[in-house]
Amino acid sequence: MSKQYKLVRCTINGKQVEKMIDVRASLTDMLRDDYRLTSIKKGCEVGECGACNVLVNGECFNSCIYLAVWADGKEILTLEGLAGPNGEISDIQQAFIDEAAVQCGFCTPGFIMSAAEILESGREYSDDEIRKLMSGHLCRCTGYENIFRAVKKTMLRRLGKNAEADAV
Amino acid sequence: MYVGKKATRVDAYDKVMGRTKYTDDLCDKGAYIAQILHATIANGRVKSIDTSAAEAIPGVVKVFTCFDLKEKHYFPTAGHPWSTDESHQDVADRLVLTDRVRFYGDDIAAVVAEDEVIAAQAIRAIKVEYEEYPFVLDVLDAMKDGAPQLHEAYPNNILKHTTIRKGNYEEAIKEPGLIKVEGWYDTPTVQHCHIENFICFAEMTGDRIKIVTSTQIPHIVRRVVGQALGIEWGRIQVIKPYIGGGFGNKQDVLYEPLCAWLCMQLGGHLVKLDVPREDTFVSTRVRHAIRSHIISWVRPDGTYAARKLEAFSDQGAYASHGHSICAKGVGAFPQLYPCDNVECDAYTVFTNKSVAGAMRGYGIPQAMWATECHTEEVAAKLGMDPIQFRRKNLMPVGYTDPFSKNELYSDTFNQCIDKGMEATDYLRKYQAYQNQTGDIRRGIGMAVFWYNTAVWPISLETSSCRMVLNQDGSLQVQVGETEIGQGADTAFAQMTADVVGIPMEKVHVVSCQDTDITPFGTGAYASRQTYTAGFSIRQTGSLLKERILNYAHELTRMPPYNLDIVDGNIVRTTDGRVLMTLGELATEALYSLTHSQHITAESTAQIKSNAYSFGCTFAEVEVDIPLCKVKLLDLVNVHDAGTIINPALAEAQVHGGMSMGIGYGLSEKLLFDPKSGKALNNNLLDYKLSTFMDHPRLRAFFVENAEPTSAFGTKALGEPPTCSVAPAIRNAIYQATGVFIDEAPVNPHILFRRFKEEELI
Repeated sequence: MSKQYKLVRCTINGKQVEKMIDVRASLTDMLRDDYRLTSIKKGCEVGECGACNVLVNGECFNSCIYLAVWADGKEILTLEGLAGPNGEISDIQQAFIDEAAVQCGFCTPGFIMSAAEILESGREYSDDEIRKLMSGHLCRCTGYENIFRAVKKTMLRRLGKNAEADAV
Repeated sequence: MYVGKKATRVDAYDKVMGRTKYTDDLCDKGAYIAQILHATIANGRVKSIDTSAAEAIPGVVKVFTCFDLKEKHYFPTAGHPWSTDESHQDVADRLVLTDRVRFYGDDIAAVVAEDEVIAAQAIRAIKVEYEEYPFVLDVLDAMKDGAPQLHEAYPNNILKHTTIRKGNYEEAIKEPGLIKVEGWYDTPTVQHCHIENFICFAEMTGDRIKIVTSTQIPHIVRRVVGQALGIEWGRIQVIKPYIGGGFGNKQDVLYEPLCAWLCMQLGGHLVKLDVPREDTFVSTRVRHAIRSHIISWVRPDGTYAARKLEAFSDQGAYASHGHSICAKGVGAFPQLYPCDNVECDAYTVFTNKSVAGAMRGYGIPQAMWATECHTEEVAAKLGMDPIQFRRKNLMPVGYTDPFSKNELYSDTFNQCIDKGMEATDYLRKYQAYQNQTGDIRRGIGMAVFWYNTAVWPISLETSSCRMVLNQDGSLQVQVGETEIGQGADTAFAQMTADVVGIPMEKVHVVSCQDTDITPFGTGAYASRQTYTAGFSIRQTGSLLKERILNYAHELTRMPPYNLDIVDGNIVRTTDGRVLMTLGELATEALYSLTHSQHITAESTAQIKSNAYSFGCTFAEVEVDIPLCKVKLLDLVNVHDAGTIINPALAEAQVHGGMSMGIGYGLSEKLLFDPKSGKALNNNLLDYKLSTFMDHPRLRAFFVENAEPTSAFGTKALGEPPTCSVAPAIRNAIYQATGVFIDEAPVNPHILFRRFKEEELI
């Protein structure tokens, strides 16, 4: 079977790019192999664990079950693109550090991208809603507790509720 | 001082910025891709393998089968230190590829191809002819005469049987008035489910082979690859980068020997072997399922007259860590609740299933399930309060184990229990939840655990450390103990900063272990690292400090005993004056035209002590009886792990262990088809790992009784958090419903059966 390639033009972390991509490739493959963005992790490759999550036009997807060719014309954001233009760390990344929400770090990029999507909504979610929104990710190290704290605190701080955030 | 403070993880910034490199991130894209063909029968022999169709696929480099092994080097896989005493060595029963199939998933052939898709196509194109044998999946069936035999050297499939005898059980049970309590307690086969699957790659330079691998035990991997390939150990370089969790699965040598062998068959070309999730479940390692049978003879006053335990541990198809898991669990039995007359029998038995190895807790979660389910039943039968009954019988202060010389120095059990009761408002809730009726009922329960840090005196405990002073007064630290997510590097940096007397940001822990340059150490297991590396860090740091102060003496003419290093400065202790910075000294020392010296230190600490670690779990549940569903309302762990090196990371570590305990207690079980031996739910959808939504807020508390034998007062915390969670949940379910469940996980299937039996539904 001869390989087929297709030109995929998209924006990755704010930069317009284009490359000929194997039509069978997943978005995970394209980002890791063609653009060497290695924050996208492979934990199952069938959409179960969430370690490969990235934002496509602002919406979080398991990039392992999203074909690379579907990314044509889309805006992709990966963890590498979450920091500011001069590498400034974002609030949610800092919260993961401050709340000791990082252990082995393998699931961390996916979790932060889902958190980024939730936080971008500008809404205040209940504890149960946060848990449900984050439940597409598996983590074996943290028991999710400190990840929950990081997300909730950042949400409250963005809403100007600093005192409530400190009490989480 | 940094020890005891909430220092930020040294690797946290890189990890949240997506800069951390794991094995797959480091592999060159020109690598050949290896995939393994796994057997599709549970027991038998490969008669023939037809690789012609696979080899005809363009892009297939080569197909290797079990018949291509020219020399058969059997090797052990357990991540134990090597023993020079042959009788103490691990069982060498693996080959890189085997024609004798012992479980559905055994490794019989491998494809090397230019990419993953071609490799997968080739795997599907291989035709295998088997001679099938009858197989056995149940541990008690496997011990019966006439059962299918897995290994010739082990009649009745018994890998090992050990006993503990204390007093005289048979005589003791004749005492009049004793109450007998008997039960069988079962734990399931579960898997580690680290989010990074096992992966490694290998390539050769000259006659040496370099293996980069996701392992907890790089120095042990080097030795085992040498044994498996029959080559000198010095020709092998093993590199361990950041890894995406291990939990004991990567405390086994998994596919490094096969990957290295394939690489060597292909002229040393770079070969990557990336194990898919489905195969990680089946063909790496699992936790031993253990069936335990306990009989207790109790006096009406709540004291034990005699006790008996038989434990049957399901080893699966190969020896791996073997009997050490069951032996560790059974060894806890006479110690946790001491009794004058005890009989224990521990059996580890081969079955035609996935191979069991090390997993967080190493036999203790199974043992605590059995012991703490049983303890609750004894208290109930006596009509005693379950906590009062435990307090009466638990290991007393001053208890010393004659074998390890471990001692219980403080009233730690009572302190931990008190703290847990207070945190959960136990007394009020226990009272409120008595004698409930209705469909929805609540309960609160608890369980304790005992865990032994490190492996001395069963095995070697050694740690080596190197410190190298830089021109700016910072230093590199290297140890063989590995960062696998638990935060070891951060603890090591805190310890080093305190011992040498420099700011923590001046300590650069070299996270990556490379057997060519990293001092020897055996790696991450047995919750040993903060305890054992603590000795070598303290010893090496003291040595480095002595050398620095001797050089300071040359520069300042002050006697070394009047000098100290404080916050990165050379200080005259008599008046507190800062004489120079450590950076100034280090620069002078390196570039001096009169006495140039590269100031370094390296030393080995052999550890011949050990420490008990203790704690308990309190759980509160709500049980929906008609739906057979359990909702966890509250979960608290209390630990005495001695002095806590880093409270934030310790708490995080406890959360993770509690989470694994929740899965063990309520949802996780790897199932095998009784008709074929094939795993049925080897994926993260059907295997019920607990998720964000299955957890209440997790709370961790500490009782800090400094461990007197320890270099920094610390002892085991890595594995202990998993040990008592499942039985605590189960005991809470008992309080809610009055139904004892003796089989984990307590999922709706089990609850339905038990509620039917007890006529609740």
